[in-house]
Amino acid sequence: MVSKEEIFAKIQEAMVDALGVDDDEVTEDATLVGDLGAESIDFLDIVFRLEKGFDISIPRGELFPEDILTNADYIEDGKITAAGIEELKKRMPFANLDEFEKNPVVQDFANLLTVADIVRFVEIKLDGAA
Amino acid sequence: MRWYWIDRFVEFQSGQRAKAIKVVSLAEDHIHDQYASFPIMPHPLIIEGMAQTGGLLVGEHSGFKEKVVLAKISKVVFYGDAVPGDQLTYTTTVDDIRESGAMVSGQVHRGDELFAEMNLVFAHLSTGHEQRTLFEPKTFVKMMRMLGAYDVGVGADGGPLVESA
Repeated sequence: MVSKEEIFAKIQEAMVDALGVDDDEVTEDATLVGDLGAESIDFLDIVFRLEKGFDISIPRGELFPEDILTNADYIEDGKITAAGIEELKKRMPFANLDEFEKNPVVQDFANLLTVADIVRFVEIKLDGAA
Repeated sequence: MRWYWIDRFVEFQSGQRAKAIKVVSLAEDHIHDQYASFPIMPHPLIIEGMAQTGGLLVGEHSGFKEKVVLAKISKVVFYGDAVPGDQLTYTTTVDDIRESGAMVSGQVHRGDELFAEMNLVFAHLSTGHEQRTLFEPKTFVKMMRMLGAYDVGVGADGGPLVESA
C-alpha cells in the first residue's frame, strides 16, 4: 500500500520535471494551469510520468475528459449543461467540481485541476489496481 | 539548404532505439549565423537533429500513419559547443509510445564525449478533426531510405527493417 505522502512526493517530482517549477510551488491546492503554468501539451507529459512513476495505465480522456468539453450535447452558450456536469462528476470522482458548478464556463474548466486532485486520481487508480 | 539535421542512421531498432550521425561542416550556412567569426552549430539545430532521429523512430513504429510532431522539450542540457569538423552522434531511446504520443530520451556525443542530454515529447496529432495531410508516409520512407535506416535497421520482429507499405 502506497501512502498518500509517497504519492504526493512522486507527483511533486513529476510536476517539477514536467513543468519546470520549484518543488515548494507544488502544494496540494496549487492549480496545474493557473499556478503551475501547465499548457495542454504538458498534460501528455504529466500522464506519461504518472504512468511510469506509479506503473498504472491512464487511457486518453481519463484524467481530463476532453470529449465532454467538446460534445455539443453538453454545452450551451459556452457553459456545461447540468447533464454535462453529472457526466463530469461520474468521470472525475477525484475532482471537486462544487465551485466550478456555480458558473460552469467551459473555458474555466482547464484551470480546475489541483495537485490534490491528481493525488486523489492516483489513489483511486492504485486502489482499483490492488 | 534542406531541412536535414542528421546525415545517416548507424543503428535503428524499430520502436526502441536509434542512433544517427551528423557531421558539422564550415560550408553550412547556419554555422555562421550565431556569432560573427566564431562558427558554432546553434544548439536548437542540435535539438532538431535529435527530434528528427527520435521523430522518425516514433513515426516508423506506426508505419508513418500517425502524424508525429515535436510537442515539448522537457529537458535539455548542453555541455559545450559543436564546431566545424565535429561528428555528432545522436542516440535516442523510446521511453514510451502510446495512443496520444511518445516520450524519448536522447544523448548527443561529440566524438566519445557526452555533449548534450535531452528528453522530448512527441504528440500524435488528433485524427478526430478534419485536417489535411501534411506529409504522406512515403515521404518519410524516402527520407529513411536516404538516411540509410533500412541498411542498418532491425524490425520489431528481430528481422531486417522493411519499408512501411
